[in-house]
Amino acid sequence: MFERCDSMPDLPFATVLPPPGQSALQAAEWRPGNRGEGAAHTEIFATADHGAGAALALAFALDRIDPADDRMWLWVQDREALRRTGRPYRPGLPRGLRHRLIHVAAKSAEDALFALEEGLRCRDLAFVIGEIAGNPRALDFTASRRFSLAVERHGVPFWLVRLDARRDLSSARMRWHVEPAASPPPRWNPQAPGHPAWRAELFRARGHPPGEWLLRGDAAARLDGTGPEGAGLLAERVDGAAQAGALARCPAAS
Amino acid sequence: MPRRVLAIWCARLAIDRWRLGEGLAPGEGADAAPLALIAETAHGPRIAAANAPGRAAGAAPGMMLADARTLCPTLAVAPADPAGDLAFLERLAIWAQRWGPGSALDPPDGLIVDISGVAHLFGGERALLADARAAFARRRLTVRLAVAPTAGAAWALAHHGPDDAILRPRDDPAARLADLPVAALRLDDATITVLRRLGLKRLGDLHGVARAALVRRFRDRRSPAANPLIRMDQLLGRVPEPLLPVIAVEPPLVQRRLLEPIRHRDLLDRVVADLAGDMARRLESRALGARRLELGLWRVDGEVIVRVLELAAPSREAGHIAGLFGRKLDDVDAGFGIELVRLRAPWTEPFALAQGDFEAAAETHGTSLAACIDRLTVRLGAGAVRRPVPRASHLPERAQGWQGPLEPEKPLQDTFEFHDRPLKLLDRVEPIAVIYETPDGLPRRFRWRGQVHEITRAEGPERIAPEWWRERSSTRLRDYYRIEDGAGRRYWIYRLGLIGDGRGGVPGWFLQGICG
Repeated sequence: MFERCDSMPDLPFATVLPPPGQSALQAAEWRPGNRGEGAAHTEIFATADHGAGAALALAFALDRIDPADDRMWLWVQDREALRRTGRPYRPGLPRGLRHRLIHVAAKSAEDALFALEEGLRCRDLAFVIGEIAGNPRALDFTASRRFSLAVERHGVPFWLVRLDARRDLSSARMRWHVEPAASPPPRWNPQAPGHPAWRAELFRARGHPPGEWLLRGDAAARLDGTGPEGAGLLAERVDGAAQAGALARCPAAS
Repeated sequence: MPRRVLAIWCARLAIDRWRLGEGLAPGEGADAAPLALIAETAHGPRIAAANAPGRAAGAAPGMMLADARTLCPTLAVAPADPAGDLAFLERLAIWAQRWGPGSALDPPDGLIVDISGVAHLFGGERALLADARAAFARRRLTVRLAVAPTAGAAWALAHHGPDDAILRPRDDPAARLADLPVAALRLDDATITVLRRLGLKRLGDLHGVARAALVRRFRDRRSPAANPLIRMDQLLGRVPEPLLPVIAVEPPLVQRRLLEPIRHRDLLDRVVADLAGDMARRLESRALGARRLELGLWRVDGEVIVRVLELAAPSREAGHIAGLFGRKLDDVDAGFGIELVRLRAPWTEPFALAQGDFEAAAETHGTSLAACIDRLTVRLGAGAVRRPVPRASHLPERAQGWQGPLEPEKPLQDTFEFHDRPLKLLDRVEPIAVIYETPDGLPRRFRWRGQVHEITRAEGPERIAPEWWRERSSTRLRDYYRIEDGAGRRYWIYRLGLIGDGRGGVPGWFLQGICG
């Protein structure tokens, strides 16, 4: 587990509503491996000229789900998202997930929303990922509210990737904006691209203050059983007082 | 009670079926001229059957069409339909159960009916045969019939004996059938050739040879069709020959005749919901679940509207079925009204009885995966809901296939994963303009979708050669590079061909994959 170990920086706590029964300090910081807050309805904003949105959604999913869970999962794309960023490629998916994918290629945003809601109401799905391009009329606040209610009711985690979209009104519990970041050089060939890294900004969340993180997927280590338990994601604060590598590794029992 | 068996040989089944399909009487219209049914073989069209003028002109089954055309240049042809003939024979076997409780197929063109203890209902075996002959004549089928104590003897008499032959129980079959040729033993051609070379041409000849000699000659022939001794024992009734009966299976069917033709959607929904409930009860009584359902709507003006539904897993949940059909009925034109609604389940699978799952349960506990897939498939189409499966190919776009979400994955040898693959693949590769070290160095900079990317890190090339056994010889090889630009965006690009490989001009660059 990784978390901030230094003192809390000056963050706009006034905008954050901690869940009942938790102190503001406990509720403050988002950190990976945080499974305790019920089902997730998360939106990830990204541009369509890179694959960071879907990759981060997968990293969040790996971070959250139980590795022993072998239920299928759903990936819904509308036509425009499929045209701009391509179709999932099985050899490139994380090893533990690739044989369990059900892919839905929807013709329109309305069909994609229908498929997502059906998926969220299915008890036999481990999680649902959606990819929708732009700001379609059908995806308004009512639609996102329906998603939130379905996620809370049936407990299927849900990540919606918004490609080239405006930050419109939504009831998602967490809203991220993600950009790719330079990857760490691999050990044996420093000239090659390494494991993916992303610079993710949490700009709205219920129960967490906003912030900006440098995230790295550690899916390979976790699924091979070599990484620390439960760590699907490595995180590092990059904004505010947390510069200069103020983060350190803490014991997994945090 | 002695066993009695009726053998029916539809001697001209293929031609009779063709004639029935054309709606012709024998010798009328196209049937008056020479005609042959042909089957396509590796060596060209071969005649499967010929009508009477065709046979008179020299066309025989098994002959090449080109040979027959030299004998009779005016020979007309039509395609043979062996699968249709077999299906027709199956229906005929069900129909033939009017003369006995059990009937069996004798492919390609015969039937065996067990008529033990039945003949007195028709007034004797002679009258039964007359009845059968008249019934087949009404259907315009050429048949030869025979009745005997065993299936083998009845078959031999039908194919090689006199018309309407009857072998009575007190007759000695060995003596009565001694004059028939050995082909009457239902043997394959190679065995008949062997017997002919041995000089054994009639059934009586077999009795003249010491049995021990024949046993030694055919000791390694286990199949009855290759061993004349087994066939002879079956014919004489010394060893039993069980018949594999044909049993009609009626697909579950429920229907509602409506006193007042309905023209409104809500009434139709109610009828469909009622039918789904009836169908669920019928399926439950047989411990079946439906995989395919057909809803037929008969309109007052005679038009029939059919809606077909396929389910991802066997199901008999009335609410689920009615809901799925509800989406398919939006474009139904009721016209002057619908007077008959019928629901059939042509494809069912065993489905054990289980605790019923009600809509309320689905609301609180979520739907099952199969129900979810059904709903997605009905609205989005079967092609839209799929799962990726590996395929045996090293070309990246061909290494992944798509199949239905609940079909099991075919076992396939796992591939070595020496190289990282991108998270996503574009459906159509996009051409990019690249500055690189010629002739085959690392790429430095590229332009894609109107934006220039400086490449800071690259790994490659990973050379993937074309699949020469599938593609043209001029297909160029691909050199793949995994690259990362200054902003950290990672892509998978390739150069198509080499400078001077003789397969085209300057190599082009393409972007195929987007990494996470």
